[in-house]
Amino acid sequence: MIEIRIHGRGGQGNVAAAELLSIAAFKDGKFAQAFPSFGAERIGAPVMAFVRIDDKKIRTREDVRTPDYLIVQDSFLIETVPVLDGLKPDGMILVNSEKKPEELQLKTTATVETISATEIALEIIGRPIPNAVMIGAFCTITGLVSLDAVQEAIMGKFPGKVGENNVAALERAHEIMQKR
Amino acid sequence: MLKQIEGSHAVAECVAMCRPNVISAYPITPQTHIVEDLSMIVGQGKLDAEFINVESEFAAASVVLGASAAGARAYSATSSQGLLLMCEVIYCIAGMRLPIVLTCANRAISAPLSIWNDQQDSMALRDAGWIQLHAEDNQEAADLHIQAFKIAEQTSLPVMVCMDGFILTHAYEPVDIPEPKQVDHFLPPYAPKNIVDPRSPKGIGLFADPRFYLETRYILHRAMEKSEETIKEVSAEFAKAFGRDSGGFIKTYKLEDADLVIVSMGSVVGTIKELIDQMEEEGKKVGLVQICSYRPFPRHEIYNVLKDKMNIVVLEKSVSLGRGGILASDVRWSFPRAEKKDRNISSFIAGLGGRNIPMDDLRYMVEKVEKEPVELEFLGLKKELISGKDL
Repeated sequence: MIEIRIHGRGGQGNVAAAELLSIAAFKDGKFAQAFPSFGAERIGAPVMAFVRIDDKKIRTREDVRTPDYLIVQDSFLIETVPVLDGLKPDGMILVNSEKKPEELQLKTTATVETISATEIALEIIGRPIPNAVMIGAFCTITGLVSLDAVQEAIMGKFPGKVGENNVAALERAHEIMQKR
Repeated sequence: MLKQIEGSHAVAECVAMCRPNVISAYPITPQTHIVEDLSMIVGQGKLDAEFINVESEFAAASVVLGASAAGARAYSATSSQGLLLMCEVIYCIAGMRLPIVLTCANRAISAPLSIWNDQQDSMALRDAGWIQLHAEDNQEAADLHIQAFKIAEQTSLPVMVCMDGFILTHAYEPVDIPEPKQVDHFLPPYAPKNIVDPRSPKGIGLFADPRFYLETRYILHRAMEKSEETIKEVSAEFAKAFGRDSGGFIKTYKLEDADLVIVSMGSVVGTIKELIDQMEEEGKKVGLVQICSYRPFPRHEIYNVLKDKMNIVVLEKSVSLGRGGILASDVRWSFPRAEKKDRNISSFIAGLGGRNIPMDDLRYMVEKVEKEPVELEFLGLKKELISGKDL
């Protein structure tokens, strides 16, 4: 079973990112579970969301405490929230940051990846919501969920212009990560 | 059709397929998505129902009471403080024998304020004369609603379907959503037995002086007990019609050879099953009894499946302050007094106010109970938060 934990702030589409990953994994023929862990329900408050993906039915309901993958939508959270807690030593952390991975100086043996997701989101979507970019980068790095399935999931959840813009952001992230 | 869908959406879709005539609710976390979806379904003309906006949960419960008394199939949903605000009307609905279905998205009770999950809210209303069914996962939550209307209308008892707030209501997972035709076939249109009608004026639930009141309680109690048959029948019919087991009275998992048995209800059952499989690989035989119908309480089933088991631990997300585990009391009461002597029934309270219940904690509980019985323990209690407090 693969476990993913998403950290962000209310309003960054953390819960939506988890839902979209689970829908995409389902479309790829896998079993998936996604659920949020809200703090206070308000914009700006730290939020976590969890995703599990497996080849068989997922029964456990505990929070994801030892993730294989971390997606951090706001790099400033690293200073205030113990985001690295439980990350598997051979796992991967993807951070929304304009910095290079080594510049973050994270205390982990896991692979560190970065993408300037807010900047890309502002350019393509016109709003600072980094989730589509982060998912695009995540899928490209891990190959865990197919990009086609994510696109389908986005258009299913956000039909029309909003969906199209997010798919464009997803594709841009894919191109950027492929070049690296 | 199998869909990757949020629990609340799945429940809303299934409730809509049950074709309620009247829906009334007041939004409260974590139940909100269910009635939001239903209001959209009604607004889009996909369901011919009255969606009545109200100013409080007290009003919502009163509206469905009136609607049901007038012969409508009526539905509401709530959580926590909302359910407590409904309390007075909840008792009236049962006393009037109105077959209303209500979803309780289980959430902790104030104060201090907590929007997160436990089962104190539905537990607070366990004595009201409502059937209470608890869902393990979102498939069961969806299926139980379809069964609930049938059970309610056959027994003239209201049914509360309980699903853990956030953990289920906000979880995306695969759910097989039935076709409307299947549901129509399973659940015939509501044929009310008694209705209030201005053309033939009469009252219900009015006044019972001391010559009559006691009997009304006795009849309601017997009806609750008797609903056991209907709950089982409807669950069996459902399995036949939809091809999967959902609901019923109790369910067991790896019970036969078990040296130690966990009794619990709601979504934590999934984590417990995972632990049982892990421990089996380590050579330990742990079994599970899952309560689906909390009211009526499956006393005889519990006795039958556990009569040869001497080590039992009850895990629950509610507490009777000043008394201890509520479900644990019910389980302890299921054994005749003479047989209690050598049987250990431990009681653990967990997950209050949304505290995560990690598998490690459940393992600790099992290993502790293997050594000695535990009268009462709050699982995962942070000692540093209570030290120095005036206890």
